[in-house]
Order: sequence, then C-alpha cells, then structure tokens
Amino acid sequence: MKMPLSALIGLVLTGIFLFCAVFAQLIAPYPLDAVTGGVWEGPSEAHWLGTDTIGRDILSRLIHGGQITIFVALASSLISFGLGSFLGFLAAVRGGWIDQGLSRLVDLMMAIPSLIIALVVLSVLPINLTVLILVMGLLDSTRVFRLSRAVAMDIAVMDYVEAAKLRGEGQSWIIFREILPNALSPLVAEFGLRFIFAVLFISTLSFLGLGIQPPLADWGGMVKENKDGLIYGKSAALMPALAIALLAISVNLVADWILSRTTSLKGGRGA
Amino acid sequence: MPDLLDIRNLRIEATSYPPGEAPRDVVLVDDVSVSVAKGKVLGLIGESGAGKSTIGLSAMAYGRGGVRLTGGEILLNGRNIRLADPAALRALRGREVTYVAQSAAAAFNPAKRLMEQVIETSLTHGLMSRADAEKRAVMLFGKLGLPNPETFGTRYPHQVSGGQLQRAMTAMALCPKPDLVIFDEPTTALDVTTQIDVLAAIKEAIHDTGVAALYITHDLAVVAQVADDILVLRHGKKVEYGPTAQIITDPHQDYTRALVSVRSIDHVEKPEAPPVLSIQNVTARYRGTNFDVLKNVTVDLPAGQTLAVVGESGSGKSTLARAITGLLPPSQGRITFAGRELSRDLQSRSRDDLRELQMIYQMADTAMNPRQTVGTIIGRPLEFYFGMTGDEKRIRVQELLDEIEMGKGYIDRYPAELSGGQKQRVCIARALAAKPKLIICDEVTSALDPLVADGILKLLLNLQAQEHVAYLFITHDLATVKAIADRIAVMYRGQVVRYGSKTDVLTPPFDDYTDLLLSSVPEMQLGWLEQVLAHRKMESAGN
Repeated sequence: MKMPLSALIGLVLTGIFLFCAVFAQLIAPYPLDAVTGGVWEGPSEAHWLGTDTIGRDILSRLIHGGQITIFVALASSLISFGLGSFLGFLAAVRGGWIDQGLSRLVDLMMAIPSLIIALVVLSVLPINLTVLILVMGLLDSTRVFRLSRAVAMDIAVMDYVEAAKLRGEGQSWIIFREILPNALSPLVAEFGLRFIFAVLFISTLSFLGLGIQPPLADWGGMVKENKDGLIYGKSAALMPALAIALLAISVNLVADWILSRTTSLKGGRGA
Repeated sequence: MPDLLDIRNLRIEATSYPPGEAPRDVVLVDDVSVSVAKGKVLGLIGESGAGKSTIGLSAMAYGRGGVRLTGGEILLNGRNIRLADPAALRALRGREVTYVAQSAAAAFNPAKRLMEQVIETSLTHGLMSRADAEKRAVMLFGKLGLPNPETFGTRYPHQVSGGQLQRAMTAMALCPKPDLVIFDEPTTALDVTTQIDVLAAIKEAIHDTGVAALYITHDLAVVAQVADDILVLRHGKKVEYGPTAQIITDPHQDYTRALVSVRSIDHVEKPEAPPVLSIQNVTARYRGTNFDVLKNVTVDLPAGQTLAVVGESGSGKSTLARAITGLLPPSQGRITFAGRELSRDLQSRSRDDLRELQMIYQMADTAMNPRQTVGTIIGRPLEFYFGMTGDEKRIRVQELLDEIEMGKGYIDRYPAELSGGQKQRVCIARALAAKPKLIICDEVTSALDPLVADGILKLLLNLQAQEHVAYLFITHDLATVKAIADRIAVMYRGQVVRYGSKTDVLTPPFDDYTDLLLSSVPEMQLGWLEQVLAHRKMESAGN
C-alpha cells in the first residue's frame, strides 16, 4: 500500500530522533556539561543553536537530553503497555470479580489527576531514573488498561474465542494467541500516543524540578534552566520546547497512519 | 406506451483496492438490459455479489460507496437518469422511486416515532399536507395488515416486531405514491412464519396501489410468488430473463436449473439406533433472569445420525446448544453423552468430553481467528488433543483439507482470503480434526448462498457416512431439515412441541405450530402463496 506523505515525514523525523538518541555520545559536538562559550550566545559556527544559561552548547545538550527523555518515555510506555494490556485482557476474559476489582481500582487511580499523584509520590520517594520510570509507567497503565479491556471485550465475544474455550484452551492461549493478535493494531497506534504523553509528562516533571535531576539533562529541565532568558529575548528555552513539539508531531503522524491502516483492514490480515 | 423503467446495456464499475497491489477498476454489472412496465413486478435474483442490489439501486441512479454507473441508459418515465445532476436526482428519489431495505431495524431512526418517519418523504417533497400524509399512512398500515392502524404510527421502532417494522418500511416507501419501489431482500431477515405474512402484505399492497416494483432476493421460491418477470444474475451478467412461469417450470440455462432444483437432496432416514446424546428434562435460564429459555427439553440423538432442531428465532434452539456444550449450565435435567453423564459446566469437563463434542457456527467469518492461517486453525485441535507437531500435523491438516474437498494451496492462507463456502468448510475441518462423536451445527448454512449451502450439506452427509459422526443440526430452514435430518425436534418458546423420526414429524396430523411452520416454507411453484393463504382463511373460518 502506498504510504501517505505525512506518514513518510513522520517516519523520517522519528527515525532521526531515535538515531540521535541512540548515538548521542558519538554525534554530539561537545560533552553534556562542558562550558564552551559565553552565556546565552546566539547561533554561531561553533554553536549551531547557541549556548545556554552558563555557556554550554545547546545542540549537544539537546542531543544528550533527547537520549534521556526518549529513554524514560519509552521505558515507562513499555511498562504501562505490558502491565495495562495484560491486566486489561485478563479483566475482559475472566470478567466477574477480577474485572470488577481491577476496573474499580483503575477508576480510583484515574479519579485523581496523574500529575498530582506523581508529584506526591515523587516528593516522598528518592528521585532516580528507575523510580521515575516505574511511577510514570504505573500511572499510564490505567489508560492502557481501559483501552485494552474495551478492545478485548469486543474480541472475547467472538465465536472463535468461544470455540477456543470449548476446545478447553487455557487462559494464556486465549489471551496471547486469540485476543492479542487481533488487539495489536489499536494498541500499537495507542502506543504512539502514549509515548508522546510520556514525553510531555517527564518534561513537565523535570520543568517542575521533580523529574530528571542534574547533572543529567532532559528537554523539560533545559526549558526550566533557560526560561529566564526569555525575558531578555534569548531563544535558548525555545529550542528544547521545539524539540518536544517536533517529536510529538512526528510520532503522531506515524501513529495516525498505523491507525488508519489498521481500521481499514479490520477483520483482515493486517500488518 | 413506453415502459416505466427501461435499463439498456447498463454497465457499472467500481475501483477495488486489494492490499499490497495497485488499485484497479472492476466491472460489477456488465451489459444488463431489463424493463419494468407500470404496475408490474420484476424479480432480480442471484447469489451474493451477483450485482442484484447494485442494479436495483441504479434504478434511482444511485451507486453505493464509490460505485459508478459508467455505461448504458437508465430510462425512467422516458428520461435517461444515469447522468442526471444531483438536484434532479433529489427530486426524483423519494418521489418517483422509493426503496425498502433489508434490515428495517437498522433503517429506522430509533429516536423518532414511526409516523414521523413514514410520512417524512411525502412532506419534504411537498407532495401532500401533513394531515393527508397521515391519513394515507394509516390507510397503508391497514392495507399492510398492521395492528391498530390508527395508533400504530405513534409507536417507536423498538416497540414493534421485526415483521411489523418491515411492513412499516413498505408503508414508508408507498406513502409518497411512487411509480417504482425497490424491495431489497425485504423478507430475508425474517422467520418463515413472519415472512409469509410480510410477503402477502407486500404483494397485496403492490397490487392495490398499482405501483411497479423491483424485488431483489436470493430466494427463487420467494420471488416466484410476487414477480411477473424474473432476471437471473450471476457475476454481474444476465443469465436468464423471462416470465416467472417460464423460469420456474422451464429454465433454459444450467445455472437457473441448478437454482430451481437446489432444495432437492434426497436423504433417507436411518433406522433407530442407541443414542450418543441423551437430553433429559433440561431446563435452563440465563443468569440474572427469571425466565426459563429452555423448559423440560427431552430428546435423544442416535449415534451417527442427524437430529434437526427447528423453530423460529427466540425458540431456544441455540440455547439448547449452549446447554449441551456447557456454556450455559442447565438448572435442571441431565445430559448423557457417549454413555457418560456430562457435567453441567464447561470447566469441569474432561478433555475427552470436550474433544468428542465439537461445534460449527453460523458465521464462519467470526468463528475463525482472522490472524491465524488455515493450517493453524485446523492444526490446533490436532496439537491440543493428540499432541501432533511438525510434519505429522501438516500432513494430517492436508488430509482434512482433502476431506472437505479443498485440496492443496489453502494451508497457508488467511480466512480473509477464502470465500464464504470455503470458510465454512474450514470450520468443518476444524471440528473433524478432533475426531468427534457429535458435531453441533448452529445454522451452518443460513448465511450462505443456496448453491453453496447445498454443497456444504452434501459434504456434511458424506462425512457422516465416512466418519459415523452425529449432528445436532440447528436451523430455521425446513428445506434443509428435509435434506439432512433423521430425527426432528420442533421447538417453540423453549419447549419441544414435536419430536420423532423425520417421517413421523413431517406426516399429518400436525399440531398447530408445526402446521404453521411447515406451511410457511415457500415452495418453488406459482400461486403457492395464494393457496396457503386461502387454505388458512378457510381453516380460521371453520373454527
């Protein structure tokens, strides 16, 4: 099938972001926290995007920060999908009190704004990457739970699932072999969206000072460090903000494309 | 006088988008010419995909979902409407031509009263005042045999039955006094006992209002009752076109002959034998309700034979299957299978119980996982029950494919790459793979075209002879019952009202319900509808 232009742009940009994240140490012109110029210099030959509040190269920090941001967002999305979709499928297949218990627990968690839960939890726990990823993954898994439960509910009433039950198949065959392959396409598309929310979430936390801690850098933190420059008309804070926006848009383009592809193939073989 | 509708050399195309290939144009209807005179009924008949609905809709120059009318002429009242502009078409649709869809339940707006919807077209076209339109609607309700015509229109769609809704839609189509009505499978979704009433109502309404009609259906016996002429279609091309009497009694083409004789499998019932399945006094209800959907059902199924369970929708046929399979544990009664008593619910049954009792579903589409290949679908029971793997499994799958007459080249295909009949065959192979003693067939041929259904029934009979497997055959179609059953149980409102060998059940004297059911099955002969109705009228006068 022919790929639409928007999806192509999205794929290329996402690819560039991922490449930079993986090979940050090789690509970045300067180390993460080397002071190499004056304060808030404009773009120049040596510093393509200028320098920040204490004279570090913004491009290098963007590349290094991208690595952390994308890694944390990806890891927490993976956790939220693993956990959320498994529990969602289980709730849909088993029904009864398992479904009731899990669903009400999720309702409870979703009733409180996730940013507030995160702020409370992170102000108590020590802030390091593992804790951040786990907290974000857990909070986001409630959304994935809802989606995968709804998708699996539709699939669980299909005759082929009934046929598998009549055959005497166990829970894991039904979840992983009958339901998962058919639920995969909406979940993959949702993964793209959730990943972006995770990027925004970690950036928000860092901006508020509860996310990635110095000396590590991430995009949200960079906005925070340079936000005072905006008063003096310095563009340093806009660069990481722009990177966040660009990543969000490009991943969304890809997710949209996957979603439109899979809905038209409903019931068919699909990708 | 020129004909009301005159279609000449019509050609209809659409663009198909096969996955992974370039889009290409496909011809849906090729060089079809047909005409309908004022007050006449033309039947369009063919299997699914034959282009009958497409031609029907072209009578109002409408192409569904990207379908293009690319050639020929569609003359309605002498004007060619094929390339008419949208404004002209708007003026014409609902005024000169109206449409009755297959599923009335899906075609009515559930939030509006019936009267509003029935008179809507007449009002929007400014054909009559609201009072006149309502008067006409009430008149039509009466003519179509709806209860309390004066107040019927005040009800909502969910408050009337499926047959009544279909008649209400017919009233909707007739209300603006059109010249032509397109009936698109109006009785296909109805039970036979309801179908006959709707059919009679439609026929009378056509006759009384003098409207012309296109009647689209896949059931030749039905169309024979209402149509003056019949056009037989296949793959978008004309097969045969002629007066109804000629098509029914003297078809010229092989395909038409096959359609006419489709319901004539000769099946001699087998002698009595010890039962493989014995259901005693089974009563069942769904959780959270206090209504028994099965009441005291007692039937036996001899080994290697077929028990047909017949009845209209809601009679408890499929619930009986769920009770036997353990999906709905009965509240009372015993089920004995292959000499062992079956436990009530699925979880506590042994693997052999599960293996020896297989099921085939009505919709083969939803009965197979779309993400598994045919090889996986048929191979899984082999792996699961017999521990077969690798080449051994693949060879056995191929053997099973041969048994269902599909041969090589299908093992790696996905269900989406099979035709409707092939899908059902794969489901049969999946059931056979478990080497069952009993297969429950739940309306397995209802969703298939008559000729394809015929092939499936023959296959099932052959397999029964080879493998000595018993069938519990659930159906609402009595022609199928006659073709395949050894014993018959007639169900009505959760009870078995008649049970015995095929000959006994189908030989008079009948109880009232069985009589109604049997006499409602359309027969492939002219004037059948009138005979049945006259007979019923006499009987009710006699009482």
